[in-house]
Amino acid sequence: MSAASGLRVVLAEDSVLLREGLIGLLARFGHRVVAAVPDAEGLREAVEAHGPDVVVTDVRMPPGFKDEGLRAAVELRRRHPGLPILVLSQYVETRYATDLIDAGDGTSLGYLLKDRIGQVEEFVDAMNRVVAGGTVVDPEVVRQMLRRRRSPLEALTAREREVLALVAEGRSNAAIAARLVVTDASVAKHIRNILYKLDLPQSDDDHRRVLAVLTFLRV
Amino acid sequence: MVDAQYLRQALAQPRYLLSSWPLRAVAYLLGTGLAGLLTLVVALLLLTLGGVLAVVVVGIPMLAALALIGLPVGAVERRLLRIVDRWPVPHAHRTPHDPGFTPWLRTRFAETDTWRELGHAALLMLVLWPIDLLAVTLGVTVPLALLATPVLFATVGDGEQVNVLKAYAVTSWPVAFAVGVAGLVAVAASAYGLGLVAAARCSLARVLLTRAGSPLGARITELTDSRVRLVDAFEAERGRIERDLHDGAQQRLVALTMMLGVARLDAPPGPVAEQLARAHDEAGRVLVELRELIRGIHPPLLVDFGLEAAVTDLADRSVIPVDVALTLPHRFAPSIESTVYFVVSEALSNMAKHSAADHGEISGDYSDGWLVVTVTDNGRGGAGGSSADPDAGTGLVGLADRVSVVDGTLSVSSPPGGPTRLTVEIPCQPLPASA
Repeated sequence: MSAASGLRVVLAEDSVLLREGLIGLLARFGHRVVAAVPDAEGLREAVEAHGPDVVVTDVRMPPGFKDEGLRAAVELRRRHPGLPILVLSQYVETRYATDLIDAGDGTSLGYLLKDRIGQVEEFVDAMNRVVAGGTVVDPEVVRQMLRRRRSPLEALTAREREVLALVAEGRSNAAIAARLVVTDASVAKHIRNILYKLDLPQSDDDHRRVLAVLTFLRV
Repeated sequence: MVDAQYLRQALAQPRYLLSSWPLRAVAYLLGTGLAGLLTLVVALLLLTLGGVLAVVVVGIPMLAALALIGLPVGAVERRLLRIVDRWPVPHAHRTPHDPGFTPWLRTRFAETDTWRELGHAALLMLVLWPIDLLAVTLGVTVPLALLATPVLFATVGDGEQVNVLKAYAVTSWPVAFAVGVAGLVAVAASAYGLGLVAAARCSLARVLLTRAGSPLGARITELTDSRVRLVDAFEAERGRIERDLHDGAQQRLVALTMMLGVARLDAPPGPVAEQLARAHDEAGRVLVELRELIRGIHPPLLVDFGLEAAVTDLADRSVIPVDVALTLPHRFAPSIESTVYFVVSEALSNMAKHSAADHGEISGDYSDGWLVVTVTDNGRGGAGGSSADPDAGTGLVGLADRVSVVDGTLSVSSPPGGPTRLTVEIPCQPLPASA
């Protein structure tokens, strides 16, 4: 995975403490926050004004403190197809993530729990994957999706479920192999089995595969 | 101008004559008139046949059926009321605790609503239907006869004489046309007249078919109102606590884990790095616990997406597999949504703790002014029994209290050996759809 550097970031987060923290954190990894705003309205304006490489936004922001950030993200994607957006959220409920991924073609989108910011390198890596066109869904949210009992999922072996979770998080074959300490070939074999059992189209393209899996999981 | 929601409102609007409301009034009166006539015929039949056959026993159930005649009549009247009133009058009948005919019969005979509906049926078949039909007949024929006078004068009367309404002889063209013009005025007058009669009938039917107050009515209304206010205040307070936790403690904890994460990048390997790592992990765990706590206080899905999404999410989290068949496209008042949500949540946790079931189901929909949600399982039953499990019992009492605040009812059927079925029914109106 190539670490994109020197990204121009627009950041929307209403907590001053977190906003300042994130600016410092991103700077540390060589990225520049060109605009940091406290609400969804400011986010829309900042994107129009700066044309950033990536948007990082909170879900819940003023004035309603509901899901303004998510709505703004969905709307921004409609207006700027392909604009990479990483949504940070306190909500583990899958509905928020699927609403985001439904926007546009689902690529270059990420939905992470705010907890993940603490895993500094993982967080920055997720942002890079989103910028590279990937789809990233928080592991905890994926776990929620997998908890739903649907008969085809029950046909999977424990190992296959493990692999499926990592695929849904947007990991590449190589990353999954490294995580599970197995060879690339055996990961590829697991994935073929999963796609077959779930009746999903076979694909070698990582992004397409993630989307196929998410389509299956979110129903 | 806002579209009128019911007849009386429509009567006050200047465009009443041009709207569909006069026709609705006619349709309503015609419907109730015919329904009353039919009721009378059926009641007389049952009474005669039942009376004659009472000697050979089969007549007795027929007489009993006569006592229940108010049920179908009430249902028909409610349907007809929708013609002149967009707000439904929900029926107040309880769902019997057990399936089957006998429990149904027992429930119906024990309810005051059954007897009030019988009273309504009696009034309709003995007094009201002739009035309804007479009003429609007069209101339609008089204006039509007046309007038709010039035409009749020219055709049937050969330009010489025609009798208006068999009472008044018209012998010249100017008079014939004057009567025709009077017909136009009569159309307007009878549109208003029929509207007023129908509106009065509608109010009467509403009074008869709506759950009545007791002698302590006013006092009880006051208490009920204050209880609703309390629950709303409680709801608002929970929202405030959730907001405080979300915007305060949670954000600070996220910032803390971020700082610890950055510090770990800088810390040289050694005991300090290990302690940092432990602190970092601990902060992460607190964050997870806090998130669970917040969801228990004020579920975000319920607030943002409504009952269907939130209940489906509850089912997804259930340890026992639960199927969901909900049709609730509307949003409801927050107090109603959260009541149903917590009932389902409690039912699912009871199911997991006590039922020994391996499968559950949540079903529900909204129709005729009632929001009904049912949770069933295939477990061993015996929940809510007086002595079997006092712990589960108190939980159910708490739930029932909660439901009664929003005027709803909670019924539990859980015979030993199962299955357990819990139904919450709440009379309510959906909120208007917002963008």
